[in-house]
Amino acid sequence: MKKSKYDGSFYLNPYLGGVILGIALLLAFYISGRGLGASGAVKNTVAATVNIIAPEHVANSSYYCQFAGGDNKPMNNWLIYEVLGVLAGAFLSGIVFNRLKFKVEHSPKITSRRRLVFALLGGLVFGFGAQLARGCTSGAALSGMAVLSFGGYITMIAIFGTAFIAAWVFRKNWI
Amino acid sequence: MIGPIISSGIVSPAWDNIFAVIIGMIMGFALESSGFSSSRKIIGTFFGYDFVVVKVFFTAAIVASIGLLYLSYFGLVDYSQLYIQPTFLTSAIVGGIIMGIGFSMGGFCPGTSLAAIGVGRIDGMVFFGGMFIGVFLFSESFSLFEKMYYSGSQGPKMINEVFGISPELFTFFLVLAAVGMFFGAAWVQKKVKKVEY
Repeated sequence: MKKSKYDGSFYLNPYLGGVILGIALLLAFYISGRGLGASGAVKNTVAATVNIIAPEHVANSSYYCQFAGGDNKPMNNWLIYEVLGVLAGAFLSGIVFNRLKFKVEHSPKITSRRRLVFALLGGLVFGFGAQLARGCTSGAALSGMAVLSFGGYITMIAIFGTAFIAAWVFRKNWI
Repeated sequence: MIGPIISSGIVSPAWDNIFAVIIGMIMGFALESSGFSSSRKIIGTFFGYDFVVVKVFFTAAIVASIGLLYLSYFGLVDYSQLYIQPTFLTSAIVGGIIMGIGFSMGGFCPGTSLAAIGVGRIDGMVFFGGMFIGVFLFSESFSLFEKMYYSGSQGPKMINEVFGISPELFTFFLVLAAVGMFFGAAWVQKKVKKVEY
């Protein structure tokens, strides 16, 4: 089938991409004894920000005090550095595959505004759920699966299982 | 060198964050080059027109699982030193369901939204911004969810123990399941009407 909008960009074979991602995950365990992550960096940034504005509030919160305040250094954290690396790596890939461009990607049937509202709400809901499950698709599901964590598998099944059903509810935004 | 090389003292802990940047770069490159900067490509899995998520995610999971078992078998990694995500059954399920809803609304997960930001996708930036609000709301209302957060605790339980089989045998079945899914995905993709994106 002919590609309708050829913009000179192309993608890596997904299995090759998966092997590279798997090697990154393997290296994380071999070198640092831990998996990859993403939402943890947001959690630490939020905790660090609240700690600057209201340190007493952090000390009194049974959630924040696990990550900020006291001897915790939430911004000098493995995940924060890893996330900066992810941004740099994606940027490099964008150069290699000619995909660098500021744009809102959305289905032609919806407006950019609607796409952005749902992106914001989706991020909000995802961020909330990732705290409850102690990690997101990378931190809980993928990294958990690599070390055969029962909880990691449960989280993975819950995320993908729900997304299959919920995607149908929001299908007008996508197809 | 028996891994993890940082905690076993072979490499100074000062290097840990430098490795974090390098590992993150490999991860970011893998995500973006596979197409995870595009929410419409990601969400294709749930409508059957593009299974890149299934292919990349499960390939990565089996590469890392098999890799760690081999490294452990050859005595190159001390499995007991690895961080194994502890199991809190209730919060893992409820949190996963909430994430699944957010996934289908926003079209990204936290890691893929970073890949999208790296190539300038504004929807990725907005998704990432939304996460800060969600994390803040959870943290502020933690007392409401505290009981659920700690309930169903089973420690760092491994899935092969649940089935009463060895880690190697479980991983073997995982590979079979993944290969089955890859063929299934290819079959479904052929049947589903192509969506242009």
